[in-house]
Amino acid sequence: MGKGLPVIEFESVSKHYPNGTTAVDDLTLTMPEGGITVLVGTSGCGKTTTLRMINRMVDPSSGRIKLNGKDISATDRAELRRGIGYVIQQAGLFPHRTVLDNIATVPLVLGWGRRKARARAEELLERVGLQPDAAKRYPHQLSGGQQQRVGVARALAADPPVLLMDEPFSAVDPVVRAHLQDELLRLQDELQKTIVFVTHDIDEAVRLGDRIAIFRTGGQLVQCATPAELLARPADAFVADFLGAERGLKLLSLSTLAGVEQGPAPESGRWRLVTSGDGRPQGWRDTTADGDSAGADLVPVRPLSDGDSLLAALNEAVASPSGLIARVDADGKLTGVTSRDAIHDAAGHEHARAAKADGGAAPAKTDAEGVIA
Amino acid sequence: MNSVDWGWIPDHARDLTILALDHMATAGPAVLFGLLIAVPLAVVAHRVRALRGLLLGISSILYTIPSLALFVLLLPITGLTRTTAIVGLTAYTLCVLIRNTVEGLDAVPAHAREASVAMGSSRTRTLLTVELPLALPVIMAGVRVATVMSISLVSVASYIGYGGLGQLFTDGFQRNFTTPVWAGVALTLLLALVADALLVAIQWLCTPWQRGHAARTSAGKAA
Ligand SMILES: Nc1ncnc2c1ncn2[C@@H]1O[C@H](COP(=O)(O)OP(=O)(O)OP(=O)(O)O)[C@@H](O)[C@H]1O
Ligand SMILES: [Mg+2]
Repeated sequence: MGKGLPVIEFESVSKHYPNGTTAVDDLTLTMPEGGITVLVGTSGCGKTTTLRMINRMVDPSSGRIKLNGKDISATDRAELRRGIGYVIQQAGLFPHRTVLDNIATVPLVLGWGRRKARARAEELLERVGLQPDAAKRYPHQLSGGQQQRVGVARALAADPPVLLMDEPFSAVDPVVRAHLQDELLRLQDELQKTIVFVTHDIDEAVRLGDRIAIFRTGGQLVQCATPAELLARPADAFVADFLGAERGLKLLSLSTLAGVEQGPAPESGRWRLVTSGDGRPQGWRDTTADGDSAGADLVPVRPLSDGDSLLAALNEAVASPSGLIARVDADGKLTGVTSRDAIHDAAGHEHARAAKADGGAAPAKTDAEGVIA
Repeated sequence: MNSVDWGWIPDHARDLTILALDHMATAGPAVLFGLLIAVPLAVVAHRVRALRGLLLGISSILYTIPSLALFVLLLPITGLTRTTAIVGLTAYTLCVLIRNTVEGLDAVPAHAREASVAMGSSRTRTLLTVELPLALPVIMAGVRVATVMSISLVSVASYIGYGGLGQLFTDGFQRNFTTPVWAGVALTLLLALVADALLVAIQWLCTPWQRGHAARTSAGKAA
């Protein structure tokens, strides 16, 4: 199956709970292969219900869901679930099993045998960035962030093509969360799973999603688009409101500095960029200050490389006394400087481009097929 | 003659040992059969809300039947056999065993049960590999109560000849000689203490995740 083909297809799916709640209302949505589709929306808008219909933990009231072209209602529940990784909030680990045995759960259910299951679990432990000595511990002996890693490892153990993640990182602090998000993107780079990710955090959605589906209370899908398109062209006031006041800045977080022009560091003017012997930027020196004792009174500089976002560049330009940002190559050596104005121009450019894009390519972050570049 | 005749005890060490073993041969199977009956019933009571009240109610009613009456009622069915004693005691253990097993299953964290089902385990596999192990501490608390209770109740079965150490009470009473009574009381107590300690050890071995409980609760709150 080629990249970007729909793996999961919702066709006019609704879910009404017996108590009269409509959790999902006539949802038609596809989730492409090898991409992360993020479901966002306010609490109670049906994200979890939508997710749990994919592994048949919840059955739709009407409509049809297809996985790889096959109606899932015709598949055996247990068999279907063994082919779908599932990560939930607070990891949902088994408190009575060691980390290794937690990860080995599905392989054991699949009848791999203890040795093979454990070997696989050990491999995954390392993959998700845990130390080997965590293997023999019990979940309560791990930090929240470590537990989430185990949850991800457990979901990946039998190498399922599809991964469902329900607010997996919502219980950890922002620093750990950012770290876990990075790791997920790194893993996804290698593994190319089809991931459905639920969150109520729009920043997380923008960071992780190849496509974002925004839901409204009552289980209605409002808009599904790439992050850039969503940020540049929200479908209505509800979406715009949900994206928040910093919608424009979030869009800049999606584009990188690569391609933004740079010039040589200034030789005149009040501020001079000081570099070390091997060409690394050290800081800005105020030439109007008394004496030219170097070092101590330098204004610090945070050099940026091509992979950094326009948002980071804008931030650095605003903070820099000279209004210039220092650009470096992969080795940290100065390649040139870029002015605040040039960054502004690039930002305006990105906005225009994202707004024009027709449901297709998102700048920088994704290619035309919705796969992380 | 009310003081203890210390010489009597070593003289009858062999008899006392036999009676103690006999005592356990009644109490032990009673708890074991109690568990075999209580766990499946508790699983049903846990899963089918409608049956919960009924099952707990029946086991409570069994518990309130006076023990002597229960043995008398069983006589026509099982006669003057050890079976009568075991069946009677088993009936008494059901109340605490069913109640604790249901409680233990109720206390299994929903996310653990969910995760197991969502990963494609059958309900039976989930029960055996997730729910029962996690309910084990509460079930074991019930087993400990049931065991101590059974050990102390065995003596009632003296009336049908299977009272274990309880035989010493009737014996002492008939001869107006208190030493065997004291010995019986002391040995019953000892059996109860040893059995309880054994159960604690078994639980410790079976629940490695629970060791260092203080660390567990604080980590649980932080997560
Ligand atoms: N088992 C259930 N029975 C009845 N109503 C339910 C059930 N599960 C969910 N609901 C209701 O369906 C609606 C959607 O619930 P769902 O859990 O899918 O929302 P969500 O978007 O995941 O919310 P959150 O962000 O709070 O997790 C809510 O109004 C909820 O109260
Ligand atoms: Mg939810």
